Amino acid sequence: MTGWRRPVSLEQISILHKRFMQLSHNEDSLRREDFKTISDLASNPIRFQIIEAFFDKRNFRQNGEGSVEEISFEQFLTVMSHFRPVPVHTMTEEQRESLRREKLRFLFNMHDTDNDGTITLEEYRRVVEELLSRSGALGKETAKGIADAAMLEVASVSVGHMEPDEFYEGITFDHFLKILNGIEIETRMHIRFLNMDTTNLCK
Amino acid sequence: MALGRLALGTVGASRRVSLQRGLLFLCALVLLLLSEAVEPLGASGSPGGAGDSSGGSHGLQKGCEADVTKSKHPTNRTKKPFPVLSFDYEHVKTPFEISLWVLLASLMKLGFHLIPRLSSIVPESCLLIVVGLLVGGLIKVVGETPPVLDSQVFFLFLLPPIILDAGYFLPIRPFSENLGTILMFAVVGTLWNSFFMGGLLYGVCQIKGTDLNTVNLLACLLFGSIISAVDPVAVLAVFEEIHINELLHILVFGESLLNDAVTVVLYHLFEEYAGVGSVSILDVFLGVVCFLVVALGGVLVGAFYGILAAFTSRFTSHTRVIEPLFVFVYSYMAYLSAEVFHLSGIMALIACGAVMRPYVEANISHKSHTTIKYFLKMWSSVSETLIFIFLGVSTVAGNHSWNWTFVTVTIILCLVSRVLGVVGLTYVINKFRIVKLTTKDQFIVAYGGLRGAIAFSLGYLLDKSHFPMRDMFLTAIITVIFFTVFVQGMTIRPLVDLLAVKKKQETKRSINEEIHTQFLDHLLTGIEDICGHYGHHHWKDKLNRFNKKYVKKCLIAGERSKEPQLIAFYHKMEMKQAIELVESGGGVKLPSAVPSTVSMQNIQPKKPPSDRAIPQISKGREEEIRKILRNNLQKTRQRLRSYNRHTLVADPYEDGWNDLLFKRQKLMEIEKKMSKMSNYLTVPAAAPDSPTLSRARLASDPQAYSSKPTSDDLPTIKVDLASPQSPDSVNLVNEFQKAATQNDPDDDGGLVMKVPFADKDQGEQDNKKEQQRLMRCLSDPGPGGDEEEDEPFLP
Repeated sequence: MTGWRRPVSLEQISILHKRFMQLSHNEDSLRREDFKTISDLASNPIRFQIIEAFFDKRNFRQNGEGSVEEISFEQFLTVMSHFRPVPVHTMTEEQRESLRREKLRFLFNMHDTDNDGTITLEEYRRVVEELLSRSGALGKETAKGIADAAMLEVASVSVGHMEPDEFYEGITFDHFLKILNGIEIETRMHIRFLNMDTTNLCK
Repeated sequence: MALGRLALGTVGASRRVSLQRGLLFLCALVLLLLSEAVEPLGASGSPGGAGDSSGGSHGLQKGCEADVTKSKHPTNRTKKPFPVLSFDYEHVKTPFEISLWVLLASLMKLGFHLIPRLSSIVPESCLLIVVGLLVGGLIKVVGETPPVLDSQVFFLFLLPPIILDAGYFLPIRPFSENLGTILMFAVVGTLWNSFFMGGLLYGVCQIKGTDLNTVNLLACLLFGSIISAVDPVAVLAVFEEIHINELLHILVFGESLLNDAVTVVLYHLFEEYAGVGSVSILDVFLGVVCFLVVALGGVLVGAFYGILAAFTSRFTSHTRVIEPLFVFVYSYMAYLSAEVFHLSGIMALIACGAVMRPYVEANISHKSHTTIKYFLKMWSSVSETLIFIFLGVSTVAGNHSWNWTFVTVTIILCLVSRVLGVVGLTYVINKFRIVKLTTKDQFIVAYGGLRGAIAFSLGYLLDKSHFPMRDMFLTAIITVIFFTVFVQGMTIRPLVDLLAVKKKQETKRSINEEIHTQFLDHLLTGIEDICGHYGHHHWKDKLNRFNKKYVKKCLIAGERSKEPQLIAFYHKMEMKQAIELVESGGGVKLPSAVPSTVSMQNIQPKKPPSDRAIPQISKGREEEIRKILRNNLQKTRQRLRSYNRHTLVADPYEDGWNDLLFKRQKLMEIEKKMSKMSNYLTVPAAAPDSPTLSRARLASDPQAYSSKPTSDDLPTIKVDLASPQSPDSVNLVNEFQKAATQNDPDDDGGLVMKVPFADKDQGEQDNKKEQQRLMRCLSDPGPGGDEEEDEPFLP
């Protein structure tokens, strides 16, 4: 596509391969259960969404849809590549914009579980509930309110004027882009792949 | 006199202002003179001003007492007539002078902002120094010795409020994200500056022709270390006004705070050994160790006091009034304790403020929070003003020893070393940063390295006997300070505009951004765990979990210890919106940034009509309802009107025009509708638990409307109940709905009032719309679903 896409370096690929083998117990493909063996992930409130993202065909850059049961190393690498650090300051505006779209698309796919192109109120509520899932009963009730307020904000910003009987279907990808303009996603959504050989230390 | 007049807050022409300022100077001068001269003059009876008369009345009391005690001891004093009014200034001299200076500083600050264009061209710090120069000059002209900025006073009283203000409100997120960069600039940058400057100055001093041969290497290095530190006070004063983006602000400001440790160590090291004349390798090694001790020790002391303050604030729920006091006193104690051991007091203060803040803010009341904020701002503002004025006065007061070579070389070297240091360090730092620092950023960082009063005070502390060239040092320091504050301070604003440096974004954080920031944090932590890489997201997450599990339980009182950050943010946002709503007069102005007509009902998913939950009412009750309604039909007109007028609370998400529309059409519309809508009112209108009608109940008539089991040709009122537990969430009552939307329009769990389509003519459709809009204005926090059910519908 564009020249700034630095390929993941050989060293990084070999490290990730080692990790892949470790997780899949030396098989060729990873399943969802293999992810569950990572104990650090157990305390993460959105672990299910993260795991699902790996098995979501939309993230395999092949314009597929739906989800798969197991993934190969190539697909694992493809999903991981969404998080590699990119030298943002050397890019032109449109390159930055396309990088932003790519990363926000990943987030969007994580929220849009039924793949209808919009994040409905129900889906958004679930997102907030998961985020607050570690807060017990207090979280569940307020999550609804927060999700409603957030949805309202998106609608207000994106659509502006609506008749009383009109219904705002859900957050489309463009609205999503607009509302998250303030977070500099292209500089924040990355993992430092620099010193990665700590696979021996993790479970 | 002049003080009193100025206190009235005039907004006059600049001529008037300058006249008053002149009078103020005169008055201050007179009083200062009096303070110096009161001893030889004895009791001069003329009250000179507002301040004097109060001094006089106290003096009267003292005079009385003195007389009484004297009379007890019989001496050979001749009997004097009883002093009705006496003048005794001595015993209030010190607090009086202090108050006078503070008053002068504050009035100056006031005065600057009355002159419209001045404050936009010249930064306040420059103006204040000029004022100091003038005051110092006046004092000298009169023949008195103007006071010099005493280092004790500076370090113990003037500096801490500024640092505490900075530390308490330090934006933790950008600070911790850029900590590596900041530390590099602070430690390595300051070291580089000191040695580069000290070394080159020594080289210059050795040149024959200048009479600077007496300055040895260590003295030069000492001078270098004093002058090379970027000053937080000056940086704050200038950067506050130019509003650059957060990254640059935190870089320069963080550097100015953290270089204190380096400065302290270098200063003490060179001061110790400059007298001796040589430094051994062991001393250097000890110096490095000392640096670590000073820096880490300061942070630990600060963190310790911060935890203490947080713990104390847990128990203050019954004594809210003294909550701010704990914050201030603990922080000050942290500073003083660090100073006892010659640790870095500034770092202690920063650590204390930053550590205690999240816990204290969760514990204290809203008013205490406001108090802390405003007291800190007030004290730091006054301190800063006083510092700059005193810098000006000290310039006039001090003995100067001007040496052209030394001073010019110092200034040039300052600039050169700063630029070289920043460029060199950025080159190294950019290898490790994701968001690289551009050339523009580097320029601002280099140009923003202002020197200030800390350098002056450190120079002033030098012992004259060990450092015979102290006066020359002081002169050079003051010149550098003047140069950086005036030249760099004044030109940085147009330069920022010229270079189009990114400015601070004024937009406040939206709930969506907050949600996704948290989401992103968890996502990145998860990805790190999956690829087996213990990166800084992993550790940050671990720290957060540790914090939540153990620390918060200890330090935060009650239920709030379990409140997750997102919910806290949401509550804060709602509170803000509620306050804005009240302040804007009940919804005329839209609190949110984007005016829109989108409201809650637009996003609520619509359920099929079969899911409608309508409370079933027994036949008997139904009859009673109908009877009551028919009886009250005549009064309906007024009732409805009053119901609308009294019970209207605008939805904060509504656009203002809805309200106007309502006000204008209210009477006409309702009147017109009454006749046509008589069908409605023969049947139950709204559910007993409808928010609209619960208010109607309260506002006008105890009679309540109630619902009727549905049948399609009868209108029923749709009620949108928001989640009852959600604290301030806004509800909309969609009272009327087009019949056309009968098939799918329903809110979750609400009752629908539907217009029987067949009955209405086309002309009513528009009115319907108006009505909808009108009724959409009605809202209130959703009633607790349970409690309403229990209420008898006929109270």
